[in-house]
Order: sequence, then structure tokens, then C-alpha cells
Amino acid sequence: MIDHDIVERVLSSATRTGAEFAELYAEDKRSTSASLDDGRIEQVNTGRDRGVGIRVIAGDTTGYAYTADLSEPGLLAAAEAAAAAARGGGGGARIVSLTGDGRPTRPPVGRVPDEISKAAKVELLQRIDEAARSVGPEIVQVAAGYGDSRKRVLVANTDGLLAGDEQVRVLLRVSAVADGDTGMQTGFQSMGHTTGWEIFDTVDVTALAREASRQAITKLSARPAPSGTLPVVIEHGSGGVLFHEACGHGLEADLVAKGASVYAGQSGQLVASPLVTLVDDGTMPGEWGTLGIDDEGHSTQRNVLIQDGVLTDYMYDHIRSRREGRAPSGNGRRQSYQHLPMVRMTNTFVLDGTDDPADIVAATDHGVYVAKLGGGSVNTATGDFVFGMTEAYLIENGRITSPLRDGNLTGNGPQVLRDIDMLGNDFAMGGPGTCGKDGQGVPVGDGQPTLRVAALTVGGTAA
Amino acid sequence: MSELVSIADRIVAAAAPGEQVEAFVARGGETEIRVYEGQIEHYVSAQSEGIGVRIIRDGRTGFAYAGALTDAEEVLAEARSNVEFSTVDEWAGLAVDDGVETTRLELWNEMLAETAADDKIALALELERLSASFDDRVRVDDANYVDMYGESAVATTTGIRRSGRENGCYLSVSTLANQDGETQTGFGFSVGRSLGDLDAERAGRDASDRATRLLGATKPASGRLTVVFDPLVTAQFLAILASTLNGEAVVKGRSLFRDRLDSEIASPMFGLIDDPTDARAYSASEVDGEGLATRRNELIRDGVLQQFVHSSYSARRAGTTSTANAVRGGFASTPGVGALALQPVPGTRPQAEIISGIDHGLLVQSVSGIHSGVNAISGDFSTGAAGLMIRGGEVAEPVREFTIASTLQKMLVDVIEVGADLEWLPMRAAGVTLVIDDVTLSGA
Repeated sequence: MIDHDIVERVLSSATRTGAEFAELYAEDKRSTSASLDDGRIEQVNTGRDRGVGIRVIAGDTTGYAYTADLSEPGLLAAAEAAAAAARGGGGGARIVSLTGDGRPTRPPVGRVPDEISKAAKVELLQRIDEAARSVGPEIVQVAAGYGDSRKRVLVANTDGLLAGDEQVRVLLRVSAVADGDTGMQTGFQSMGHTTGWEIFDTVDVTALAREASRQAITKLSARPAPSGTLPVVIEHGSGGVLFHEACGHGLEADLVAKGASVYAGQSGQLVASPLVTLVDDGTMPGEWGTLGIDDEGHSTQRNVLIQDGVLTDYMYDHIRSRREGRAPSGNGRRQSYQHLPMVRMTNTFVLDGTDDPADIVAATDHGVYVAKLGGGSVNTATGDFVFGMTEAYLIENGRITSPLRDGNLTGNGPQVLRDIDMLGNDFAMGGPGTCGKDGQGVPVGDGQPTLRVAALTVGGTAA
Repeated sequence: MSELVSIADRIVAAAAPGEQVEAFVARGGETEIRVYEGQIEHYVSAQSEGIGVRIIRDGRTGFAYAGALTDAEEVLAEARSNVEFSTVDEWAGLAVDDGVETTRLELWNEMLAETAADDKIALALELERLSASFDDRVRVDDANYVDMYGESAVATTTGIRRSGRENGCYLSVSTLANQDGETQTGFGFSVGRSLGDLDAERAGRDASDRATRLLGATKPASGRLTVVFDPLVTAQFLAILASTLNGEAVVKGRSLFRDRLDSEIASPMFGLIDDPTDARAYSASEVDGEGLATRRNELIRDGVLQQFVHSSYSARRAGTTSTANAVRGGFASTPGVGALALQPVPGTRPQAEIISGIDHGLLVQSVSGIHSGVNAISGDFSTGAAGLMIRGGEVAEPVREFTIASTLQKMLVDVIEVGADLEWLPMRAAGVTLVIDDVTLSGA
């Protein structure tokens, strides 16, 4: 993307004011998206984003500048701005000698989406529209979106690191609106993978569409969700966001270091039910949060965060790992070249337990069964979190009964982790997510087996 | 600025016969300074630019963008090649100037543009120091100074040709209050068009008070009660309500108020206006995302739904005229529809006086998960919250880890008072104290 001699000169220039570390992050991303709504392909959109972000660290201060001007003078100007912002203690520029070739180290995807015709992408959406509408006359509106991107990344720093990656993503989403005597209801499904077009050889997109419509129609007969604290069973593959919010963010070392996490100082302690083993793994082939290298150039890896309920490790980026004298964990990520990296999750999931999922429902006298969770958020300092349930049912006498209208669930992370009292043996990954932190969104994955939380607050309106 | 206009002009001039072409060209930059424990934690200085081109031919739309001003030809060619894949839409078309006069607004402050970096750093450090100074249980998680500028030009083959620029700055601070092993969080902010507008003391005091007020908070008992939304919470509520008044949602059958024009959808006490020509609004602007002059639109008057907000597309489809509510997220996408600068019609009494008349209620200081727990199509409303109970007309114990729930339809009808305290906030809606009856609290 950029000549290595130029990268070396830019990094050397960035340390001219005495900074101890400088990094160059370059990306070149091409993307295509298509949207269908109201029975029409509304538009096909293609875009290109490319640019470079330069980070300079002097003491505890980070300077950052970015530019879309990839010429050597443009890069040197950005290096100058970042160095001025970091204001090192003086001294000369460092000589930078890069090792490695900056090429991706993992195999390329099967069929790169930019080589697939736009007509094929549009046809996918038309099939989704047709399938979603075929489910029933109650379906009054369908919207669907397709998106793909191919991002080439190059990271180099004054430690001599030179690493590259090619990140290909495909995403599909469908939402359906059903109308009935009780008003309108919605259903939503999505799939996202770090694979090429070959994913559509194995995934039936029309099933995804029918599922969205089924959800919307089911909710037409939903009653208001209960209000109060109840046992909640969460279906496999739909509730990984629970762990993302309840403890994932709290295990990010930047928040831990500032004392803004309830999990600060808890390493080696029992923080969850002994049933729970939580892993963050950026290497899982094809998953939405998967990367070859993180956005600081380090290989992603599988990190066990909680083992049998005991907190074993936090997640780290360059700054936090350097300060604590340990190896990075491959969790330094950023939204784009316009953003500073920080500690982020990749694919975060709970490993299988031993319970039969049917037994979990049967063992629940009165509670809520959540078949699909929406987004959520957490206050890491208090551990209080919420997430939305977008498909849920009442459990009465050990059986799943009436569908429920949408609502939020709320709880406290450390408490909920301890309250997990049954864990299924049916692990599944969930749909693609976008995790927001400090104004930056990055793609993440999550997963879990069916499980039960003994007590969660269900935010409905029914007594 | 003239550089952006000339790029837009050149793209539009390249339109082929039978094509409508719109070029949107933008450039912007920001400075972000975060301090921590008396040191600069990071200093980000950045610029970005880009071009977005929309082409409509025979009712079909294509779009492309690039994050570089040098790529105009490639973007135009890409947009053109995307046209053939869309479906013919008889209402597709660009905006046409409707003769509405532009309200001139002072959105550019030269003083801010010339402010030295050291002054910005000093203000961020002052914010951090002040925030921790009001209460010794409080420390600062992060304190930030941010400023940004943006300039853009839009031109079309239908005769639109506009350009403008604006800048602004803000302070934001997050705090942690600790007591007896418990931690609570708070935040504060201040927004302005120059450093002189920024009130570090107020931002710091708000952040300190919000955190300490919640110390000792417990999970409240479930039940139904009257809730009082703080202005910031009301503004978030209004932003969701606005999505039901969106003309595109209406024409596509997704608005729960689609058949309710001219009927009573809210308490007679409730009024709502969208007015981007009001210079007090943080999101004030002279033109909308399609280049039409913005205007004041009354959406709800005395509880009666007056009109929806429209872009030229949704208006054409609805058989009406654009209210100049096209919203553009940047150069990378085509404009959508949305409210630009909402303001509720204020009542007469301040918050304290309103609370003094409530026997059993809840003052909602913050909500969380409003994006996940509210379904604007079905109207189901459920959100996590934190705040203070109201007992016998007085603010009482703090509460947290609970939800409040109702439906949007019912909440509008259940509005029993609107405060006098209209507050301008760094979002597309202003806030006000809003009192809503019969809301379900789910807690212990």
C-alpha cells in the first residue's frame, strides 16, 4: 500500500521530538452495499475509504493525526502533527528498521465479493423480499440490506513491527413488519461473516427471511412482558451479548486500570458461577469479530478470560500491555484510520455446559424464555447493564407458552454471572454485532449455549 | 470553500442527457484532547474529506462515494454504473429549489478557528481539576475538550447550489464517586461556538452531582407511578418519538401514527416543533441534506398531530411538499428523512415546583439501552434507568438497576405537565422537564 522505505522515514520523523514509540496504520477499504425496501431495490452504493493514522507516544501522552493524503509529504505532515501533539522530552529521531513483509499471514477468502456482479447481490435481496412476504398476508413491509467490504491493512511501528491483513466481510440483514388487530410488530434477522461470497453456498438466505417474518407474525399475538424479577432462560446463540455487556467490557484492561470496572483487582477470584468459562477469540474462522492481526499489528489469539468461574485474565492493547510489562493479547482495535486504537473484544463466548436445553426449560416453573436478544449497554463502573429482548415467551410450569412484547432486561453484571444456575450443551454463535465504545464501532461476535439466570429484572408492564 | 463548490459544479456539469446528478462535497476536521490525572492522555488532530454522488436516471438511483476530493471522476463513474441495478421508482428525484427564503445563521466562529492548542489543553485540565473539586469522593474518569469544523457544498442538475461551513466545541467529563466500596458514575458537558461559551464549572459540577447523588442507590420495588424526566432524558425520548413522525416511515407504512394526521395523539399540554432556523439549537442549519432552505415546522400542537417531516422524496410520494427535513449523515450516504432540531413547547413551572406537587414518583436522571428496549414501530417502550424517588413532594432516596416501561402511544397521552426549563443540548432535540403518569417500574 505504501513503500516500506517511506514508512521507515515517516516513523523516524514521528519520533523526532523524542517520543519513545510511533506507529503507522494504513487502510484501503472498498465496500459495496445494496438496499431493498418496500419491494424496490432502492440503490446500490459503492465506496472507497483510504488513509493513514499516525500515533506517537511520549510518556503517558499519545498524539494522533490522520490523513487521506498518502503521498510522502502528506504522511510526513501527519507525523509532524502527531509528534507535536505528543510533545516528547527532546532528543533525536529514532532509526527505524522494519522486519517482515507486511503481507497477510492467513489464507485469502474463497471468492472476493468485489469480483461478484452487483446483479447477483441485488438478486439475493429480491429472493429475501419474496421469501419474507411469502410467510403470510400479515407481512406488510420488508426491508433488506446487503453489504460487503474488503479492507487492506498495514501496520508498522518503531519496534520494527510490520504486519498486514486483508479483511473481507459480508453482511445481510432483513427486517419484516407484520400488521394485525394489536398494531404492528417487527422481526429482524442478520448474518455476517469474515468470509467471501462462498458463504452463500451454504447459508439459505430465504430461511433467514422467513425467520424474520415468523418472528413478527408471532408477536402479533404477544402479551405485555411481565414486570419484576424472574428466572430467565436464554436460547443458545442469542444471548452472547449478555456476557459482552455483563462482563466483557469490564475485562478490558484500559477500564480496569482507571478503576472504571467492577472487575478491577479480581484476578484469580471467583467472579462467576463455576459453570462459566468465558473466552475471547479473534482467530475463529469466518466469525464476524475475526481478524488476522489486531489494529496494532499483533496476531489475534484465543484468550481465556474466566475459567470455571475464576477470573484468569483481562484483555490488552499496546499501551496497557506495555505499561504492565506483558505481551499484548491481540485486542487493540479501532473503527478506522481516523480513530485511536483501544482495548476491544473480538468474538466473546461462553463454552458448553452439560445440561440438556429441554431440561433447562422443564426445570423452570415460572419465568421468561428469550429466543432472541437485541442490543445492550453497560455501565462498567457499576456493572449495571440492560439488553433488549426482541423475541421472548413466558415459561409456565416448565413449558414455553405465550409470546411477549418487546422489552428490556436489566441486571448487575457480577450478580448475574453468579446467578447462572444451568448451562446447556448446545453452544452456538450468534448474529453479527457492532460494539460501541467511546464513539467507535467495531464488528464483534458472541455466542453461548442455552442457559438460565436464576433472577433477572424483566422490564415489561404486566403485573 | 470555493474549491468544494467548484468540485461539485464540475461533477454536475458532467451529467449525461437524461441524468439527474447531485454532488455533495465535504471537508472537516477535529481536535480532541483527553486529560487524565493532570496529563494529556491523548491529543487527536485530524482532517477528513470526501465526495458523494447520486445519479437518477429513468426513476433508478445509483450512489457512490470516496474519502478523497481527488477521486471525483471515479466516483461519478461508479455512481453511474450503480444506477442500472435499482428498481424503477416513479417518485425518485432530486430536490428542486422551492423558493423558501434562507434564514441566515452565524454558524462559523473565527475566534474558535484561531484558538491556540495550549488554550484548549488548559481548558481540559481546568475541567478535570474542577470536576474533582466539589466533593472528595469524586475522581475523574476522563475529561475532554473537543472542537470540530465542517464545510460542504451541494449542487444538482435541478438547480440547487449551496455551500456553508460551521464550527463548534464542547467539554465533556465522566466521573466516578466512591464510598464504602461502592462506585457510581456521573457525566457533565458544555457546548458552544467558542471557548468563551464553555462552562467548565457547570460541566464539572453536573458530573460530580450526578455521581454522588446515586451513592447508596438501591433497586426499587416494582409498581406503577408518575415519572419526571430530566431534560436530557426527555430529549432522548423526543428523538425516538420523532422516528414515528418521519415521512419516509409514514409512506412505507412503518409509522404507528401514519393514519393520525389532525387527530389528538398526545395530551393537550404537549407541543412539539422542529426548528433548525432557531440559532439556539445545537443542530441549527440553513439548509437540509438536499440543499433546501430549512424552516420551522410545527409537528404537534396542543396534542394534535399537525404534520410529518419530509424530504423531497417522501413528500412527493405522500403527495405533499418537502418540509426540508432531508438528513445527510455525511458524504458516504444518500440523505434520509428526520427531525433536525426538535424543541418541545415549554410549560410554566420549574422542575422543583413540579416535584413539590408529586406525592409518589420517580425523577429519572438517566436512561440506558433506549436503543435496544424501545420499538418505535410497535410503540413498546422499556429502558433501564437510574434516578431518585419522589416522596411527599420531595426528592428522596437514589435508585438504580430497574426499568421503566409503557408504550409511546400511552406515554404521550399520559403527559401531565411540561416544565418551563427548556434546555439546549448537543443533539437534535432540546430537553425540558416532562412529567408522565402511570409508568411501570420493574425492580425488585
